[in-house]
Amino acid sequence: MKKMKLPQQIVSLAILFAVLLAGLITARMFLIPKSFGKYGHYRADAVDEIKTQEINYAGAIICEECHEDIAEQKEKSNHRNVACEACHGPTAAHVEAPDEFIPTAPRGRGYCPLCHGYDPSRPTGFPQIIAELHNPGKACMTCHEPHNPLLPHTPEECSACHREISSTKRISPHESLECTSCHTVPEQHLTSPRFALAQKPQSREFCGDCHAKSAKSPKEIPRIDLHAHYERYLCWDCHYPHHPEAR
Amino acid sequence: MKNNNKSRREFLLTCSKALPAAAGLVFMPYATGQLLLKAQESEGYDPTQHNYAMGVDIHKCIGCGRCADACKKENLVPEEPYYFRTWVERYRINLEGEAIVDSPNGGIDGFPEPAGSEEEILRSFFVPKLCNHCANPPCVQVCPVGATFTSRDGVVLVDETYCVGCRYCVQACPYGARYIHPEKQVADKCTFCYHRIVKGLLPACVEVCPTQARVFGEVGLRSSPLRRFLRFNDVTVMKGSLNTKPKVYYAGADGEVR
Ligand code: HEC
Ligand code: HEC
Ligand code: HEC
Ligand code: HEC
Ligand code: HEC
Ligand code: HEC
Ligand code: HEC
Repeated sequence: MKKMKLPQQIVSLAILFAVLLAGLITARMFLIPKSFGKYGHYRADAVDEIKTQEINYAGAIICEECHEDIAEQKEKSNHRNVACEACHGPTAAHVEAPDEFIPTAPRGRGYCPLCHGYDPSRPTGFPQIIAELHNPGKACMTCHEPHNPLLPHTPEECSACHREISSTKRISPHESLECTSCHTVPEQHLTSPRFALAQKPQSREFCGDCHAKSAKSPKEIPRIDLHAHYERYLCWDCHYPHHPEAR
Repeated sequence: MKNNNKSRREFLLTCSKALPAAAGLVFMPYATGQLLLKAQESEGYDPTQHNYAMGVDIHKCIGCGRCADACKKENLVPEEPYYFRTWVERYRINLEGEAIVDSPNGGIDGFPEPAGSEEEILRSFFVPKLCNHCANPPCVQVCPVGATFTSRDGVVLVDETYCVGCRYCVQACPYGARYIHPEKQVADKCTFCYHRIVKGLLPACVEVCPTQARVFGEVGLRSSPLRRFLRFNDVTVMKGSLNTKPKVYYAGADGEVR
């Protein structure tokens, strides 16, 4: 049998392929990072690089080491679950160098309402206020200590016993009205409430004092025609007096 | 002629045998490198012992936006209102049951009453959003260079130095959780604050959440707060029908949330 010789073009092609392949392998050795594929189709070193990212929020526990008094106060307050850094911002730099980097404190009236401003989308029951009506003009801190914000409940305050009503009223158009502008409360009600009940408004005319067309009350209060406006009913058959809505 | 034909067939045959061999050669450095590096494993942190996930309780979220704010400050996310790793959406359900969703600046500055909207709202609530760290992540599948991946502790990460900024992953993410970093020109997204969690700290958003609407922890640990969250709540995941197997679990999310 005649010895078979590969045609020249096949040999050239084979050489070309071999060169290309060798080139590819070397290129791959250089181009593919060493750690690629260690744990999967990615560069394992990337994980370590991501780990080295700088930390800005120091975490709630560390503050206690130097601010024991404040941490202790907060621990027992309604703000116990609010992290220091939720108000003071990222303070890792401060922990490293307490005297060089001094964190800021949100002293303005704008900050607390981010959490406490009335918003119908918030879960009901979360303590809210209408910032424009809740003691306007004064910084929140003049009354509320930020690290222990709840004011002491003294029995003179209706809210001590009528919590839900006072919270509801606080986010209503009637926020500016004192409870006592509608209820006459005997002194004894504050100590033995069931023996001396507070008085409730009895008639449409009571609300009319502020809301009737002829009332001598401030102009911005919305008016109704006391006789035409659903005459046969008491006002609170339709409007909850502690949160009146006009729709 | 006959001869030529035969050799062509022969050539193709050789090729068909050589190709797998060549492929093997190409991937060899890969395999050996793998072995070499395995030996170098160091540090006290063992990623194989962890699998992270997050729980979000919509009933507890007050929409204060502290999470989105802290996330930006922790991870130096650009301040402009288009770049977020996490953000808070306001859902307002109207009488027809349609959801009106908005997220002004991610909720960082609060949620002003939408101007001129007279539409009657049935109910309304807040939904914090972030990367779902899917167990079956579409973004990882589409990455042409292997720059985004699931780490061994179950976190979907981006390799910043390897990303070519092609935006495939941004397109592929059904949750809109990725963006292209305007300066680095690479994909960027939530890492569960990977640099924090490997050191035992909480993600910044969880750290500052005042109502514990966000819960972070381990899937595999019975004592983890996350497991407790999963035990006590009816949870759903976002767009579960896409089979992405998200690992951010929502409590209190009804049909309108997506
Ligand atoms: C290593 C000790 C140390 C730690 C830890 C520490 N601080 Fe401080 N902090 C100080 C000192 C000292 C000052 C007083 C600095 C000054 O007034 O010169 C201070 C002052 C402050 C102030 C006051 C700023 C002002 O307006 O007067 C705030 C707020 C504060 N720290 C917050 C924090 C928070 C939040 C943490 C936890 C993340 C923290 N600190 C952790 C030592 C510490
Ligand atoms: C609800 C927001 C809030 C939280 C949470 C909070 N702070 Fe403050 N903090 C403030 C405000 C507001 C001031 C300014 C008080 C003032 O000027 O009277 C302040 C002041 C301070 C000061 C200055 C000294 C002082 O008493 O005036 C320190 C120190 C401080 N905070 C530390 C802490 C630490 C530590 C924590 C966590 C344990 C913490 N804060 C949590 C809001 C907060
Ligand atoms: C990051 C969110 C956040 C910020 C900022 C914040 N609070 Fe609070 N606040 C809370 C939470 C959470 C509670 C506890 C609510 C509960 O018990 O359901 C609370 C409780 C309160 C309460 C008690 C309400 C009650 O009747 O139970 C008062 C008062 C209060 N905060 C005032 C303030 C003041 C004043 C500031 C500004 C210095 C402030 N808060 C800033 C989250 C916040
Ligand atoms: C002049 C004093 C004063 C100022 C200033 C003030 N508050 Fe109050 N705040 C009160 C009193 C009094 C109550 C009622 C306490 C109670 O119900 O026991 C109250 C109650 C609250 C409550 C609880 C609401 C609820 O439903 O229980 C919150 C939240 C609150 N204030 C936040 C703020 C914020 C935020 C600011 C600043 C924008 C502020 N307050 C400014 C006096 C003040
Ligand atoms: C605008 C006037 C007005 C103001 C202000 C007001 N109330 Fe009333 N309140 C009424 C009327 C009217 C009723 C009777 C409602 C009824 O009979 O259905 C009532 C009823 C009540 C009742 C009986 C239980 C109920 O809900 O029907 C309580 C308790 C009460 N008010 C407490 C308060 C307290 C506490 C405040 C202050 C936080 C307050 N009210 C402020 C008008 C007012
Ligand atoms: C002391 C005066 C006063 C009395 C008494 C009073 N109101 Fe009002 N009322 C107001 C003020 C102030 C507003 C808020 C006006 C505004 O929005 O600027 C208001 C608002 C309202 C609104 C409109 C709410 C809205 O969304 O526009 C209704 C409804 C209402 N009151 C019903 C009542 C009823 C019912 C009573 C009787 C139980 C009553 N008011 C008693 C002062 C009063
Ligand atoms: C039968 C139910 C009903 C009764 C009873 C009723 N209202 Fe109304 N009220 C409404 C409705 C509905 C609206 C809003 C639509 C409208 O203006 O008619 C309203 C609107 C109002 C407004 C807002 C008007 C404006 O221009 O914004 C005031 C104030 C008001 N009512 C006060 C009262 C007072 C005071 C009484 C008792 C004298 C009363 N209402 C009795 C149903 C009632």
